[in-house]
Amino acid sequence: MPPHPETWLQPRPEGLFCLPGGFFIDATRAVDRAIITHGHADHARPGHQHVLASVETLAIMRSRMGEGRAGITQQALAIGEVLRIGDVDVSLVPAGHVLGSCQVVMEYQGSRAVVSGDYKRRADPTCAPFTPVVCDVFVTEATFGLPVFRHPDTDKEIAKLLHSMTVFPERPHLIGAYGLGKSQRVIALLRASGYDAPIYLHGALAKLCTLYGELGINLGDLRPATVADKSALRGAVVLAPPSAVADRWARRLDDPVVAVASGWMRVRQRAKASGVELPLIISDHADWDELLATVIDVQAPEIWVTHGNETALIYQLGLMGRRGRALSLIGYGDEGDDT
Amino acid sequence: MKPFADLLERLLYTQGRNAKIALLADYFATRPDPERGYALAAIAGKLDFPGAKPAVLRALVATRADPELFALSYDYVGDLAEAIALIWPKAEVESPPELPSVVDQLRRTPREAIPALIATWLDASDVSTRIALIKLITGGLRVGASLRLAKLALAQRFGVEVDAIEEIWHGLLPPYPTLFDWLERRTARPDPGTTPVFRPPMLAHPIEDTDRAGLDWSAYRAEWKWDGIRVQLVATPGGKRLYSRGADDISASFPEILAAMEFNAVLDGELLVIRDGVVAPFADLQQRLNRKIVSAKARAEYPVAVRLYDMLFDGAADLRGLPFDQRRARLEAWFAATTPARMDISPQIDFETEADLAGLRASARDDGIEGLMLKAAASPYLAGRPKGYWWKWKRDPLSLDCVLMYAQRGHGRRSSFYSDYTFGVWTEEGRLVPIGKAYSGYTDAELLVLDKWIRSHTTATYGPVREVEPGIVLEIGFDAAQRSSRHKSGIALRFPRILRLRLDKPVAEADRLETATRLIGAAAV
Repeated sequence: MPPHPETWLQPRPEGLFCLPGGFFIDATRAVDRAIITHGHADHARPGHQHVLASVETLAIMRSRMGEGRAGITQQALAIGEVLRIGDVDVSLVPAGHVLGSCQVVMEYQGSRAVVSGDYKRRADPTCAPFTPVVCDVFVTEATFGLPVFRHPDTDKEIAKLLHSMTVFPERPHLIGAYGLGKSQRVIALLRASGYDAPIYLHGALAKLCTLYGELGINLGDLRPATVADKSALRGAVVLAPPSAVADRWARRLDDPVVAVASGWMRVRQRAKASGVELPLIISDHADWDELLATVIDVQAPEIWVTHGNETALIYQLGLMGRRGRALSLIGYGDEGDDT
Repeated sequence: MKPFADLLERLLYTQGRNAKIALLADYFATRPDPERGYALAAIAGKLDFPGAKPAVLRALVATRADPELFALSYDYVGDLAEAIALIWPKAEVESPPELPSVVDQLRRTPREAIPALIATWLDASDVSTRIALIKLITGGLRVGASLRLAKLALAQRFGVEVDAIEEIWHGLLPPYPTLFDWLERRTARPDPGTTPVFRPPMLAHPIEDTDRAGLDWSAYRAEWKWDGIRVQLVATPGGKRLYSRGADDISASFPEILAAMEFNAVLDGELLVIRDGVVAPFADLQQRLNRKIVSAKARAEYPVAVRLYDMLFDGAADLRGLPFDQRRARLEAWFAATTPARMDISPQIDFETEADLAGLRASARDDGIEGLMLKAAASPYLAGRPKGYWWKWKRDPLSLDCVLMYAQRGHGRRSSFYSDYTFGVWTEEGRLVPIGKAYSGYTDAELLVLDKWIRSHTTATYGPVREVEPGIVLEIGFDAAQRSSRHKSGIALRFPRILRLRLDKPVAEADRLETATRLIGAAAV
């Protein structure tokens, strides 16, 4: 009888710890050995001794933290390659969240656990799609773990943006989007829809967009918004971090249509409270339906929930005949893209 | 229903009055009858469906979603219509019903069959349409646009005066076919007949020093400016109504005034709480505003009366073209003959020179007086705010030096500025206690200074609110200070605004609570 993952995968204050492998996954404070699912700041923390992750995640970490702080030693693991760490076989499979995001698959004495990190199931031109892996325990996020969160078709949301640009051809469209993942996805979706004009960026987004380009994701003609002529920004698409869209930075734009791309835009009062004129429901997290579909796809009898709206999800898992367990890990969801 | 739902959604997210008017105008110009008429009725709150209350919707959602999951969702979303709309299963095929059909079927369907009817609509609709449907059905539209904006949109789009719409509005019935026929020039303006409709009131300009310098004082009559709410009393053979200045029908809140309207006339006056002939502070009148049902206790504790100052119609005779002096004579004669209960006439003040009035204005100590009104003896009764006929000469504001305590960002063009300020005064123990909030009165340059200072002196944030260290003194002007149990300080200020930024003044020298408390009931000089 293979050992239950409970006996070898444990939540600790630093994060999930794999005993027979001696490593943490997405440790929230500096540890000796860490496997990192993706580059968002709440999952990829600086200062670990040994870091294992996908090539892209390692590159993102170096770009955001600087060489020294992104792990004293870095080790890349290719998708699908199996690496023996201690007594555990470890492999990475795509999570579909942002470029380089991976689930961590661990096998120990015939027992398999998968830690998904953050993930989504719908298509994203900037990263590989989520691959379900059948397992005994599936560790999931629950950012949108309520049945009111059903993200609409992404194409419809992009169409909404393009329509607004025809209704207000003179006004710049200022889109609030997080620096890693969401910005590049919105740009790539616009490009895929045929929009090939220059797109203007807040300074905080430029570096990662360049990195995406180096990693093979072509985002077209990108220019800094900060030095752009005011007249050049008329009718243009401008991207900035959500915190900047209603703040002083945005004053350089003349009467912008303020949009924010986030799964939270689904709830009107929440969208309105953030001062948004054009809410775009575009998320890099699984919505309710995707969470439930994933639970079925991975066939795990037991689901552990790391963070988010876990109460409803765990209740629903019970209705589906699965055992749900709240890990209540502290420290996730800070950058978490959609928070 | 979909175009109406889209309108509501866009109104919700649109900042700024003109942008909202443009959205409404576009809707009314492009949607067919009777849809646009029902939309207008929905905005006006004129559609009521007794068989469809929130409880019906709650029961309905239990047939489509797990109650536990719905409870968690509702708790998170906070709005019943939106929570139901979001949790409702996705439509197989989207074919939402049309607005007129929704209204029609809700009216014709027996009460017990209404839940099933609503369910079929929700099954066939997208999220935005579901929200609009539920809000329409349960009567809680809250569209982020007032009826007044809708009327302005109609006036703008169809090239008529908004007052021309206001004058007939209360004689119209949904879905307003006669209104749209007139607006699109197919028929003449509907005649309200004897319906007790609202007439747009004549408003006064604030008088400035330069205006006073050029005034021929002998051509003006003076009255006190009472601190109540402006009302229009309309009693015709067709009915009785009490209207606010903004054309809202407030009859239900003041049944005793309605009961006293046993006459045929249209009168202009001030609604006040009056006890033993003394006008009570405005705060007392507030206890009576916006109530659909008025208890006997409220009626006894806050007795209302109307102080009349103009007459628009005497019976069927339209007096609005007559000079003010003649209307006043008609009003006095009518009053003497009719002696209506709960009403008196605002007395005229004898004066000869500007100095007489200035002296009276300065010495007025009465709670219920805001200042003086000056009315040209020859002025006809004109809708709106025509220049040169009526002036208001308010008392100078009271003022206090207060300390900035909290700041919040504004809306629309001010959304990147900390432009809403909570300020306080010192208690005896040397703590600051908030006494009011102000959003206006500063210059653009002062706003920039405040915004910059607030960002670099924030000590804590509570959601959108920043708490700042005590460091800025604001000179706050206000019309009156009133006792208030709702505020920690025990004081509420009326119309507070920023008079000056006192960067020269150390915060320790700002005013104390006892100074503020002494101003309760005081009049400015």
